Amino acid sequence: MTFNSFAEFLAMGGYAFYVWGSYGLTLIVLLANIIIPVWQRKQLLRSLALKQQRSES
Amino acid sequence: MFLIPDAVVRFFHRMASPPHFYALTEKLMPWLVTIFVLLTAAGLYGGLVLAPPDYQQGDSYRIIYIHVPSAWMSLFIYMVMAAAAGIGLVWRIKLAEIVAISSAPIGASFTFIALVTGSLWGKPMWGTWWVWDARLTSELILLFLYLGVIGLYGAIDDKRVASKAIAILALVGVVNIPIIHYSVEWWNTLHQGPTVTKMDKPSIHVTMLVPLLFMALSFKMYYVIAMLQRAKVELLQRERNAQWVKNMLLEKQS
Repeated sequence: MTFNSFAEFLAMGGYAFYVWGSYGLTLIVLLANIIIPVWQRKQLLRSLALKQQRSES
Repeated sequence: MFLIPDAVVRFFHRMASPPHFYALTEKLMPWLVTIFVLLTAAGLYGGLVLAPPDYQQGDSYRIIYIHVPSAWMSLFIYMVMAAAAGIGLVWRIKLAEIVAISSAPIGASFTFIALVTGSLWGKPMWGTWWVWDARLTSELILLFLYLGVIGLYGAIDDKRVASKAIAILALVGVVNIPIIHYSVEWWNTLHQGPTVTKMDKPSIHVTMLVPLLFMALSFKMYYVIAMLQRAKVELLQRERNAQWVKNMLLEKQS
């Protein structure tokens, strides 16, 4: 173990802003790249299904 | 490249058929996500908890575990995108076109992450957020190439034509890739030279190197997952009138 306590881990030797800023930003960007296409697919499937139902009736 | 037998081309056309591909991604996804989670957990634990601080940079160097894999991905995804776009251009395989355009936003994201985390690392270590150093500048050009591909694709309504246009842009932009890679050797500027991909022996301790390799694999897995998600949307949009999409919708309703 490099860090003696959780507080020390969070402090990152005084570089908390830079280290956690980097990891936080990465998390946001990578999550967005999953959430956006999944949401787009759901929207698209819904609108296609609606169109299909209308054309059948 | 026109000498490939027709039978081989037909085989790839069948494997790359949209319904086949769509069903395959659904089947593979849980496995891909599991592997990704395991790799990421191992990489982050090794890099943030187990690895010792750097003797010069203290704990600030821990940014390496996302900065370097992101930078590698920015180049790797560009090569995949250009290759897929090239295949689409020559053989008109729809799926290759879809892989190419689905890769672009993820490549742009990793390029953006590499630039911003580099900036967040540069401020405490170099004393500046940004310099017009060869490595940083060529990486910024890479971001513009990705954005150019995305913008060009969006600007053309006929997606078969749009795919041809981005293939040419992507292939011309490949010239930037070796420039980025060798920039730290050709021009002696602020960005440090390679520590891992040196031919002889990596100048990084094994306790620091192993988590870095885990993160590199984790990001590769992430790329496959995120690219397939985008590919499914793109595929559905293009094939919205195809019979297999109609059948799938009917199945979901019942």
